[in-house]
Amino acid sequence: MAGIGDEIQERLRRWTLELGGPGTRERLEKLTPPRNEYGVDPYGFDVDFMQAAAAPVLWLYRKYFRVKAIGLENVPGEGPVLLVGNHSGQLPFDAAMVEAACLVDKDPPRAVRALVDKWVPTLPFVSTLFARCGQIVGTPENCRRLLSAGEALLVFPEGTRGLNKPFSQRYQLQGFGLGFMRLALENGVPIVPVGVVGAEEQAPAILDIQPLAKLLSFPHFPITLTGLPLPMPVRYRIWFGEPLRFTGRADDEDAVLEGKVARVRDAVAALLARGIAEREHVFW
Amino acid sequence: MPASVAITGIAGNLGRKLARILHGDTRVIGFDRRPLRDRPKDVEHHQLDIRKARVEDVFRRGGIQAIAHLGLKHDPRDEAAEAHDFNVAGTQKLFDIAARHGVKKVVLLSSANVYGPAPGNPNFLPEETPLLGAARLPGFRDLIEVDMYAQSFMWRHPEIETVILRPVNIVGPTVRNAPSNYLRLERPITVLGFDPMIQVIHEEDVCRAIALALRPGVRGVYNVTGPGEVPLSAALRELGREPVPLPHFLIRSVVKRLFDARLSSYPPGEVDYIQYLCAVDGSRFVRDTGWTPLHSIRDTLRSVLVGR
Repeated sequence: MAGIGDEIQERLRRWTLELGGPGTRERLEKLTPPRNEYGVDPYGFDVDFMQAAAAPVLWLYRKYFRVKAIGLENVPGEGPVLLVGNHSGQLPFDAAMVEAACLVDKDPPRAVRALVDKWVPTLPFVSTLFARCGQIVGTPENCRRLLSAGEALLVFPEGTRGLNKPFSQRYQLQGFGLGFMRLALENGVPIVPVGVVGAEEQAPAILDIQPLAKLLSFPHFPITLTGLPLPMPVRYRIWFGEPLRFTGRADDEDAVLEGKVARVRDAVAALLARGIAEREHVFW
Repeated sequence: MPASVAITGIAGNLGRKLARILHGDTRVIGFDRRPLRDRPKDVEHHQLDIRKARVEDVFRRGGIQAIAHLGLKHDPRDEAAEAHDFNVAGTQKLFDIAARHGVKKVVLLSSANVYGPAPGNPNFLPEETPLLGAARLPGFRDLIEVDMYAQSFMWRHPEIETVILRPVNIVGPTVRNAPSNYLRLERPITVLGFDPMIQVIHEEDVCRAIALALRPGVRGVYNVTGPGEVPLSAALRELGREPVPLPHFLIRSVVKRLFDARLSSYPPGEVDYIQYLCAVDGSRFVRDTGWTPLHSIRDTLRSVLVGR
């Protein structure tokens, strides 16, 4: 699938099981998304391919970022849920780590789908890789459909504003979009706040060259201390907070929704504050 | 099923297939500029351009209860002004005749490709999606205009049951449209690093869907889906193809040159369909009519290999 030979794919899958630790095979077998004779679900999610592609992600999860996931029991084992977190680090490793946590440190595992920007499907290879791993463009139609099918979605309401913010603004939550709250209200879905501690320091950006970003039709063009947006081996701590439930009309005015969104934002900020207070060091 | 159905474009591959499904139970009256060979004895054929006045005379004689309008031209090599007149003016004339002569049902065969592929498309486009398919493929303008004309006809003539069917890519042993021809290429061009999910429907399934839409009580705009979604790469692998991947920043100029040199029949705008998503949600047709395709994805894909 997607240009990777069967043998390499098999080898990667074995690496995934090894990195996942004992019992990983049994846990992953509990993932049974719908699939047709070509091994994909209607969105193009290929659970076999994902388990192979997960290997390098798990290596980052276990060895590089040495992720500590706290409060995973707050993510419901089944049924629709929105995971809402802070976004940072120039490249979206935070999404991959949240998903890895739900895959290998949760029993039964959950295949969380991250909502990606409309920009992603214009990228060669990345678009295909993301689609086969279950990532989805965050249109309201897609979200509605997936939530009514009982799936777990990962949302970063800060979008690229958070992802590509300069180092000086680390752990300062940017403006949250309101779309996720409308979805939660419309579908009666709980929201699990997620605080990702560590990613904010992984690739300190000092500059954002907007003209270059425009030229390449990238959302941002950050220049980091190392020149490249590659992450340093910071230690991740991912905090999952207790599910929040909201009631009200999905098509209320923005002002009404902003109050509810602020509660989610505060919950994420509280997780971040606690995570920063309790960690000993950025790198270990 | 209505007692009598007029089929435009009956000499085409879909038209003949539909006639074969309908005849026997219902009187079939065909219209096409082309002759209709090997027709069943009970099928009546009028070798006419649908813009001709004599078409109305056939309706005047009475008894036509429904129209299945399949006779649109899609060939990108056709002279644009003439094709436009044939498709758009022809449809308008035909529908006006239908309204004047007591036709109770009009079914237009549109296409799910009228929405157009785009990177920001949701994975399953509903019927309410704007029809933007002509943005980069001017050849789609006619079909979109005809589709929209049928939509306005729907509210101007509430007494007539108008159905617009937008099926996904029709493939099959006899079909010679762009998607079928693409799947028939031994070495099809693909966009390096892009692998959108595609939807296909077997030509026989489309004809069954049209027959379903002809039933009294069905009206509205419907996406018609086949057996499911498959990555383009898996479809090509199923058919044993050897794709030639070209980088996205080069492919359009290559395809344009091939088209201009008449080495291929794919206009550059078609590239969008193998790069981005244009898949639709067919649940409304399923809910309202109980639609189920008979052919599996594998059968449907492999059908292009038959009959060569």
